Amino acid sequence: MIYLDNSATTKPYKEVLNTFIQVNESFYANPASIHEAGVESNTLLDRARAQMAKILGTDDRQVLFTAGGTESNNFAIFGIAKANTHKGKHIITTEIEHASVLESIRVLQADGYEIDYLSVDSNGVISLQELQEKLRKDTVLVSIMHVNNEMGAIQPIEEAAKIIHESSRATFHVDAVQSFGKMPIYFKDDAGPDIISISGHKIHGLKGSGVIAFRKKMNIAPLLLGGGQEYGLRSGTVAVPQAVALAKAARMAVEDLEQSMKKYRKWHNELMEFLTSFGSVIHILSTPNGAAHILSFSVKDLKGEILINALQKRGIIVSTSSACSSKQKKTSHVVLALKTPPNFVNGVIRLSFGGLTTDEDIQQFKKAFTEVMKELKGE
Amino acid sequence: MIWKEILIRYGELSTKGRNKKDFISRLRTNIRNTFNDIAPLNIHSERDRMHIEIETEEQYEVLMDRMPTIFGIQSFSPVAYCEKDLESMKNLSLLIMEQFKEQQITFKVEVRRSDKTFPLESHEIQREIGGHVLRSNPNISVQVRKPDVELRIEIRKDAVYMMAQVIPGAGGMPVGSNGKSLLMLSGGIDSPVAGYLVMKRGVRIEAIHFFSPPYTSDHSLQKVKDLANELTKFGANIRLHVIPFTEIQTLIRDRVPSNTLMTTTRRLMMRIADKVREEIGALGIVTGESLGQVASQTLESLTAINDVTNTPILRPLIAFDKLEIIQIAEQIGTYETSIRPYEDCCTIFTPANPKTKPKVDKIKYYESFTEFDELIERAVKNREVYRFPEKNESKDKFADLL
Repeated sequence: MIYLDNSATTKPYKEVLNTFIQVNESFYANPASIHEAGVESNTLLDRARAQMAKILGTDDRQVLFTAGGTESNNFAIFGIAKANTHKGKHIITTEIEHASVLESIRVLQADGYEIDYLSVDSNGVISLQELQEKLRKDTVLVSIMHVNNEMGAIQPIEEAAKIIHESSRATFHVDAVQSFGKMPIYFKDDAGPDIISISGHKIHGLKGSGVIAFRKKMNIAPLLLGGGQEYGLRSGTVAVPQAVALAKAARMAVEDLEQSMKKYRKWHNELMEFLTSFGSVIHILSTPNGAAHILSFSVKDLKGEILINALQKRGIIVSTSSACSSKQKKTSHVVLALKTPPNFVNGVIRLSFGGLTTDEDIQQFKKAFTEVMKELKGE
Repeated sequence: MIWKEILIRYGELSTKGRNKKDFISRLRTNIRNTFNDIAPLNIHSERDRMHIEIETEEQYEVLMDRMPTIFGIQSFSPVAYCEKDLESMKNLSLLIMEQFKEQQITFKVEVRRSDKTFPLESHEIQREIGGHVLRSNPNISVQVRKPDVELRIEIRKDAVYMMAQVIPGAGGMPVGSNGKSLLMLSGGIDSPVAGYLVMKRGVRIEAIHFFSPPYTSDHSLQKVKDLANELTKFGANIRLHVIPFTEIQTLIRDRVPSNTLMTTTRRLMMRIADKVREEIGALGIVTGESLGQVASQTLESLTAINDVTNTPILRPLIAFDKLEIIQIAEQIGTYETSIRPYEDCCTIFTPANPKTKPKVDKIKYYESFTEFDELIERAVKNREVYRFPEKNESKDKFADLL
């Protein structure tokens, strides 16, 4: 099987699984317990936290472990909105956010928050000028994803941060689920985001593990209430094995970052060229400036599902643009926001690379895709 | 990487005539200790400054990271070298100034030309380099009186040295240059701050902690160990003496009236601390007491507690407000550890109405019915000693997992 759906999820690395098993076997005590075993798992948890904090460039205390990207995004949005009503009830986000951001914001909208959605150009990138114009005195939160999950557009996070911090009191949340471990993203004093969401399973870690990290101490309300774990901000017994496994996956990803970025970029360029050679029957949604590990395109008048099945028959796994929404039969909001030509809106498929993807996989894909095109389109 | 060495300017010790040599060698040793986990450093010390060679980028990062917490350093600067020709100097000046390229800054060039054979005069170098930097970066302007950045150039016999940042050090005196004291470390907010303040004045410390299992938990002991470990970043190794205190503490509870229990407990702690102090050759005892903060910290209580020894008791926080103490604790990074919510030896068996004005005679009378000496001997003898910073071995059991 050639797995090219790493933005949906990745296969956990052996090393990460070993960590997960070992921690479950040897350090399973509740880190909040006061017996020796508890102290020990707590020490291990602290180490994992410190490792994540170092990678992200913040203090240990500003890293909380969650159950994944969706929770981190929900937490950032509800938490900041609820704790800062005195600053206002205006939120800015983009048209192409992940559903976990958009749906949270919709709930707030129903609660009386005013929402502005930044539009994107045909490359999937927001306009900084529009951001500047929409910022208001009572803007309490700006939530912008770093890399779009469906087509890989990279948003100008640093420039956006500068504008937000200079001209408003808003907290700047960045959904880095698709970028962390694949591109550099970290806190940089005032020049960066205030909150970053991370998911473990996108970087060869485990499903059900994530991080929300803050640049500094934040005024944020908890989403999960109970025993006051994670400094009172995220109750529930901390899943130490998941946390440690995530810290390990993150370390491995960051250590390989330069290497893998080079690799992905090479494949990205190669495949862009390959797809362009088919001419006007293929529309590429991704751009050469987008994230190197995601490549989305569409075949004219062809349902994505058919393409996926045809490739699958040849042992190649790709997905429609987003795994989360691919079972729903409606056209993706990202595809619409990009103003994709009508003949192409239903056929978007996404290739996404990961740490286990090889050169051979890419060649196999090219071969299979050529066959599929012949079969389906007679090209 | 352009940085080749770190230049260190001494703190107060520059003014201390005779002891200067000792102070410098003390600082040197402390620096070596602080960085003994990276490759051995090449340190050259001079009368009023010290140079540390940098070999790798990693070394540079570690040095810059830890240098600000070492006492006895007034300020430090990363330094770059280049060949003694104008072209190389121009190139290097741009590389150095590049770190400020995103900011709107004013600057000036300061030249020291100790090699008088260099063909250009100081003011000519100033003009050449200054002009070159200005041309290359539109955000920079010249300001001679109070520049944001001073690009310092020194023309020496062997090379040209350049630096642009002067980073403030921790000040104070090198730890160990003012003898050794024993710190009573409870695990609360105050005692680590007290330790920090005396360390800043050059005192080497060892710490003593009273451990009363099962009344206090492993968590609370771990907290104290973490605090001791955190204090080591100020440039010294610390030994922590953990005294088994349960037996004595329960005996006190059973033998003295409950409202004087606190005073007697403190007196016994002090007696034990004094014994340990003697054994380790320390001169004083340091506590985090602050006047009036709690019942045991009134002048009357302090008198009653002090009564058991003639050893100087250093109380650097005596006149500090709680908020001021918290501020320092946050600054030095011990606050978060201190507020972990575990029982410590001071909060168990606390009576509802402790005496705030105990009388020494009465306390002595109550204590006279119990023989504590032998228990004290035993507690001192059975103490466990931990060394900080922790050697990596004990932590390594997690290394594979992460």
